[in-house]
Amino acid sequence: MGISTVSAKGLAGWTSDLLARLPAPSGPLAAVQRRGREALAALQGPSRRQEAWRFTDLALLAGLDLNPSAALSRGAATDGLARQGTSQSGPGTLRLKLDGGSDPLAGVVLPAGVSPLSESELALALGHTLAATGCEQHWPVELNHASASQLLALRVASRSQVSLELVSDAASELQPLRVLLILEEKAQLQLCQRLTATGAGLTSLVLEAHLGRGARLEHALVALGQVDAALLAHLALEQEPESHVSLVAVSAGWGVSRLEPRIEQVDGSATTTLRGLQVVAGDQIADTHSHMAFGGPEGQLDQLHKAVADGRGRSVFNGAVRVSRAAQRTNAAQLSRSLLLSDRARIDTKPELEIVADDVRCAHGATVSCLQQDELFYLQSRGIAADQASALLKRAFCEEVLRELPAPARRWCPFESLLATHGSDRGPAIAVESGREGLEGEGG
Amino acid sequence: MLPTLAAAVSISDSFVFSPVIRPDADILLEITGLHARVEDNAILKGVDLTLRAGEIHAVMGRNGSGKSTLSKVLAGHPAYTVTAGTVTYRGQNLLELSPEERARLGVFLGFQYPVEIPGVSNLEFLRVATNARRVQLGQEELDTFAFEDLVRERIKVVQMDPAFLDRSVNEGFSGGEKKRNEILQMALLEPLVAILDETDSGLDIDALRIVAAGVSQLATADTATLLITHYQRLLEAITPDFVHVMAAGRILRMGGRELALELEERGYDWVDQELAALELG
Repeated sequence: MGISTVSAKGLAGWTSDLLARLPAPSGPLAAVQRRGREALAALQGPSRRQEAWRFTDLALLAGLDLNPSAALSRGAATDGLARQGTSQSGPGTLRLKLDGGSDPLAGVVLPAGVSPLSESELALALGHTLAATGCEQHWPVELNHASASQLLALRVASRSQVSLELVSDAASELQPLRVLLILEEKAQLQLCQRLTATGAGLTSLVLEAHLGRGARLEHALVALGQVDAALLAHLALEQEPESHVSLVAVSAGWGVSRLEPRIEQVDGSATTTLRGLQVVAGDQIADTHSHMAFGGPEGQLDQLHKAVADGRGRSVFNGAVRVSRAAQRTNAAQLSRSLLLSDRARIDTKPELEIVADDVRCAHGATVSCLQQDELFYLQSRGIAADQASALLKRAFCEEVLRELPAPARRWCPFESLLATHGSDRGPAIAVESGREGLEGEGG
Repeated sequence: MLPTLAAAVSISDSFVFSPVIRPDADILLEITGLHARVEDNAILKGVDLTLRAGEIHAVMGRNGSGKSTLSKVLAGHPAYTVTAGTVTYRGQNLLELSPEERARLGVFLGFQYPVEIPGVSNLEFLRVATNARRVQLGQEELDTFAFEDLVRERIKVVQMDPAFLDRSVNEGFSGGEKKRNEILQMALLEPLVAILDETDSGLDIDALRIVAAGVSQLATADTATLLITHYQRLLEAITPDFVHVMAAGRILRMGGRELALELEERGYDWVDQELAALELG
């Protein structure tokens, strides 16, 4: 089996190298950076000896020669560029470019209903949700703490409706992205976020959002990497009663990716919809560790995670659901469906339910299948070539998640780009269910 | 080719509709000594059958007689292995062709159990299939709009609710809707040889009439139709020119329409007796 050539010591060495090369703490997160660096120096990095990382080898990450100063020292000098990347991408939609180094709000006029957090608000809110969802000391989070010098911190006012697009593109660099969102009572935010990679770099995303009573967050995360790039993302969401979260996360193409959506329904009575799709081929590893916690009664979860594994790719899904004693009448459903396209690909999928309350419904299920021969033959018997037929079926498999992306995010991930890493298995020019649209150009 | 469908044949007309048999018509499909197995089970044990343009043939037989296997072998299902015999389609060795090549060249299999494909839009599926056939025929591919026009015209053949176009292929369709969808595909692909496997199964009387009318309408002087059926009731709606009785993997007897009536009247027991006699002899 693929024993890592770079041991935990390798990652430790990589981490201390990185720490040594990070520029001096600066900007609004200087204090966080200092604490993060201390923590990171003391923390043992992830290794496959740890249960949470058992299937996910970060050897690729440890092999990345990152120039931390490239992104981090852009600072004020490139604020103009950052502004260029900012545009109104649609009626009422603000597009912001996050590059980890410059202030994403420099020169930006925020739409009505959105305001930047003040320093004092920041001091109160930053890290609150990370702590509430139990991940503030996770290694990828500390890595972000140690390196992020800029953040996007916004408040969405009560009862306002806002649409935001966040786009980031990482080259051969460490790109630490930090986002903090506060949704006041009954605020609504549609957040379409695109992460891409154009070089052997690491994108580190830490996003936390607090949803007030009755607030709604529709978050689409489209992460399209490349084989020598890595993605580590924590999405920490805290929900007050009657709030709603819809998270659709699509990732493909990364050498290694680890996505951790962590949601806490503080007092229950909220609804959470999670949709995930990850695609691996070649030697790629994609890992989603989701963590859903119900802190009060009558919370709801509807979760579907899908994976496509080809080549020697490895897909990992761990779906934790915690139902506390107070969370009576919780109604949770989790389904993991995986498509295994190669003898050498590997899928590890595991529900992890911890239920203390006694009056709950927690359904869970997992399926792993190959392309169905009878479906392939049916399509072929209508004149559709075998490779086109299999591409059509793969696409149909993915479509169940893709169709739930809001329109702007849907445009970012045409099906072809998801399976582009499959080489000859490129998707056919067939639209399935929803329309096909090309990758949208950058605003500017 | 297909006659103008605008001049749709009414249902009652179709009951008496039958193409003229011409002994000198082109042979479209010629099956000789066909043996086939699935895994280690020999199912077809020497099938001979010739279809000429303009003919409607019915293959009848008990469950397990090899009827469905014959249809799947002709369509190129990968689970079946041909161990002996030949199948020639318009002078070409059919068995050498992939399932998709056979379809593009005009061989159509109407499935007994049409497959549900969640997530694949029926309309798009029909369009891609139709275009694959059109390219083979040297015709221009149809874009979404042109195809919608065509499909809305052809859908009348099976009186199918256009709402089914917007759903996933066969997903959640009733038995009758699935069969109508099969015949709609036939109407779009305009095959030269249509093999319809138990197209009557799972249909109520009204659906059977509509499906049968559609099939009759699509059977022309240039095409051949092979109806595979267990019961004679389909043959009340579509008059076959030839009836073949299949048992134990071969055609036991061939005749005209009266053979189907005889089967209906006497059941399949005599077939068993005849088969036993044959094997003893």
